[in-house]
Amino acid sequence: MLNIPQGIEWLATNQPALLALIRVLLFVLPVLIVVPGCIWWERRLLSWMQDRIGPNRAGTITLKNGKKIGTFGLLQPICDGVKLFFKEDITPGTVDRLLYFIAPALALFPAFAIMGTLPWGPTTGVYGYLTPIWDSEIGILYMLAISSLGVYGVVLSGYASNNKYSLMGGLRGAAQLISYELAMAMSLASVVMVTGSLKMSEIVKAQEAPLWGVAPVIQNWFIFTPFGFISAIIFLICMVAETNRAPFDLPEAENEIIAGYHTEFSSMKFAVFFMGEYAVMFIFGGVFGTIFLGGHNILPIRWDAMAASSPGYGLAHVLRDLNYWLAPLTFLAKCVTGITFYIWLRATLPRLRYDQLMALGWKFLLPAAVANFIVVAIWIIAQKVYGPYGAIAASVMAAGIAYLLYNAVRQVMNQRETSMEKRTIDLVDGTETVPSVRAVELV
Amino acid sequence: MNDVPLLVYLGIGLFMFATGAVGVVVRRNPVVVFMCIELMLNAVNLTFLAFARYAPSPLVPPGGQQHTWMAGQMAVIFVMAVAAAEVAVGLGIIMAIYRLRNKVDLDEMSTMRG
Amino acid sequence: MNLSQLPNISPNLIIVGFLGMIAIVTAIGVVAFNNPIRSMLSLVANFFTLAFIYFSMGAEMMGITQIIVYTGAIMVLFLFVIMLLNLSADSVISTKKLDVKPLLAVPVGLALFVGLLSQVMMPFAKVTQPTAPSGWGGPQAIGRTLFTEYVWPFEIISLLLMVGIVGAILLARRRVEE
Repeated sequence: MLNIPQGIEWLATNQPALLALIRVLLFVLPVLIVVPGCIWWERRLLSWMQDRIGPNRAGTITLKNGKKIGTFGLLQPICDGVKLFFKEDITPGTVDRLLYFIAPALALFPAFAIMGTLPWGPTTGVYGYLTPIWDSEIGILYMLAISSLGVYGVVLSGYASNNKYSLMGGLRGAAQLISYELAMAMSLASVVMVTGSLKMSEIVKAQEAPLWGVAPVIQNWFIFTPFGFISAIIFLICMVAETNRAPFDLPEAENEIIAGYHTEFSSMKFAVFFMGEYAVMFIFGGVFGTIFLGGHNILPIRWDAMAASSPGYGLAHVLRDLNYWLAPLTFLAKCVTGITFYIWLRATLPRLRYDQLMALGWKFLLPAAVANFIVVAIWIIAQKVYGPYGAIAASVMAAGIAYLLYNAVRQVMNQRETSMEKRTIDLVDGTETVPSVRAVELV
Repeated sequence: MNDVPLLVYLGIGLFMFATGAVGVVVRRNPVVVFMCIELMLNAVNLTFLAFARYAPSPLVPPGGQQHTWMAGQMAVIFVMAVAAAEVAVGLGIIMAIYRLRNKVDLDEMSTMRG
Repeated sequence: MNLSQLPNISPNLIIVGFLGMIAIVTAIGVVAFNNPIRSMLSLVANFFTLAFIYFSMGAEMMGITQIIVYTGAIMVLFLFVIMLLNLSADSVISTKKLDVKPLLAVPVGLALFVGLLSQVMMPFAKVTQPTAPSGWGGPQAIGRTLFTEYVWPFEIISLLLMVGIVGAILLARRRVEE
C-alpha cells in the first residue's frame, strides 16, 4: 500500500537529490500549466472590464443537434500557443545573432529562478519536505537578487535587435527596474527587521503570531500592521514596475516605441517573452501573498491556538487541518489574486510619463520606504520597552507625523504643478481657446 | 562530507587572476580592461573565502575566538564595496574622456605623458 | 604519489569542478571576445557561477551579495556605459603591423598561472577538510561580526561609497556652457 508521508521520508533520507528534483518539478510544472490560464484570465477579465466580449470562440463544443455549449474561450491560450509555434520565425538581418538568441532565455530565467526560496505550503509535516525548493537563510535576498537579473533580458534584447525603438525600450526598462529595485528592497527591509530573519518560512511563521501582540486569535498578517501596510503598498507598486506592466509598461509602450524591447522578436522568441512576463506576475503575486498576506493561511485566524485551547477534536481542529491541507490551493488563490490586481490596474490606470515614473520611484517610494524603515525600528524598540500597547500608541504618533509630512510634501508638489501648468499654457499660445471636452452621448 | 580540496578553489581563483592580468595588459578598450580588473578582484575574493573556510586566520581578533573564520568574509565585503566605488568613478572617467574626444582607446590616451 | 592520497570524488567535488570549469571558460571569454558586450556577458556568467561556488562552500550571504552587487549592479553599470558609448569591437585594421601582444599573452598567462600554482601547491596540498562550522556564512553571523568587530571599517566603507557616488556624479555631469 502506498503511504505518501512515509515514502517522502524515505526519499528525504535515502535520495535527497531525487527529492530535490521532485520539489523543483512540483513548483515549476504547475506554474508552466497555469501561465496559459493567466493569459486567458487576463483577456477575459480585461474584456469584461472594458465592456467587450473578448475571446469566446475557441473551445466551443457543438452537440449533434446543432446546439453549442460555450466554454468562455478556454481553449484560446492553446490556439495562441499553436499559432506562435508555427509562425515563421523571422530573424532580421542586422541583429546581433548571439545576443538575439540569448536574450529571450535571459528574460525567462529570472521568472522561474525566483521560485527558488518561495514556500507554497507550511514547512511542517509532509509539506516541509516538498516546499520550498531551497529553504535558505537568505530567502528574501535571493528573491531580490534574481528579480534584479531581469534587467539583462530587457536591455540585451533591446540592444541585440539593432532597432532604435527596441534600444529605447530596453534602456527605459533597465532604468525603471534599477530605480524600483531600491524601494522594493527598502520596503522588504522593514518586514525583515520585524521578523528577524530573511527566511521565507520564518516570515510566514512570524505572521502566525497574535495580531500586534494583542489579539490572541487573529494572525499578525503584515498587511494588518501599520508599517506592513505601508510596506505592502510600496512593494505592490514596485512589483508592478518590476514586471513592466501597466501603468509602468513604458518599455513596451505601443504608441511611443512600437512594442519596445521585443519589437523584433517573432514566433517562439516572442512567446518566451510573453511567458516570462506572465510567470513572473504569477510568482510575484505569490511573493506578495507570502510576505504580507500570511502565506499559506486561508484566513487570518489562529486555528492552532484555538485548537490548543479547546479540548477534544472539535471544529477548531477540523479547520486547522483544513487550513493545513488546503495550503497549496490557498497559495494558488493568492497568486491569482495578484494577477487579478495586475489586470485591474491595467484596465484602470493610464500609462505614466517617464518623468512621472522616475519622480514616483525616487522622490516618493524610496523616501517613504526609508521613513517606514525608521518607524519600524521605533516600533520594535517601543514594543520591547513599553509592551504591545505602547507600540500601538507609538505607531499612532508616527502616523500623525507621517500625515503632517504628507501635507507638507503635497503643498510643495502643488506649487510645482501650478508652475508647470503655466508653462504648458505658454506652449499652446496663439491658438484658439482649447475647447472644453464634452461628453458624447451614447445611444 | 565536504571534502573538496582547498587546491581546487585556489586553482580556479589563480586561473581567473592570471586571465585577468593578461587581459589588463592585452586589451586596448578601457571598459574591457576595467572588466579584467573586476575579474582579478573576484579571483581574490574566491581565494579569501576558500582560505576563510579551510584555514581560519591564526590572528584572533579582539572580539573573541569564535569569529576567526569571519575575517575572510569581511575582507570580501570590503573588496566588493571598494570595487563598486571604483567602478562608479572609473566609468565616470571613461565617460568624461569619451565626451572630450569621442573615442576611447587606451593606446591613444597619452597626452599626460611627459 | 599513491592513489590513497588523491581526494575521493564526492558530489560536492563534482559540482565545484563543473562550476569551476564554467568559471574558467567564461574568464577566458572575457579576455578573448573582441566585442565588449560579449566579454561583459561572459563576465556576468563568470560572476554568477562564482556566486554558486560560494553557495556550495556554505557562504550563502557572500554568494547572494555577489549576485546583488556584481551581476545586479556593477555589470549593469558596465552594460549601460558600453551601450551609451556604443563601443564596437576593437578595430584591428587600423594597425597595419602584426599585433604580437595577443600571441604573447597566452604563454605569459600560463606561465603566471603555473608559476604561482607551483608556489602555492606545496603547503596547501594536504588541506581537504574545512575547519569553518556550518552556518559560518549565514546572514546572522555576518551581521553580528560586521556590526561589532568590524564596525569602523564598515563605517569607513560607507564613507568611501558616498565619495564614490559624489565623484561619479561630478564626472558624469554635463557641464553647462556659460
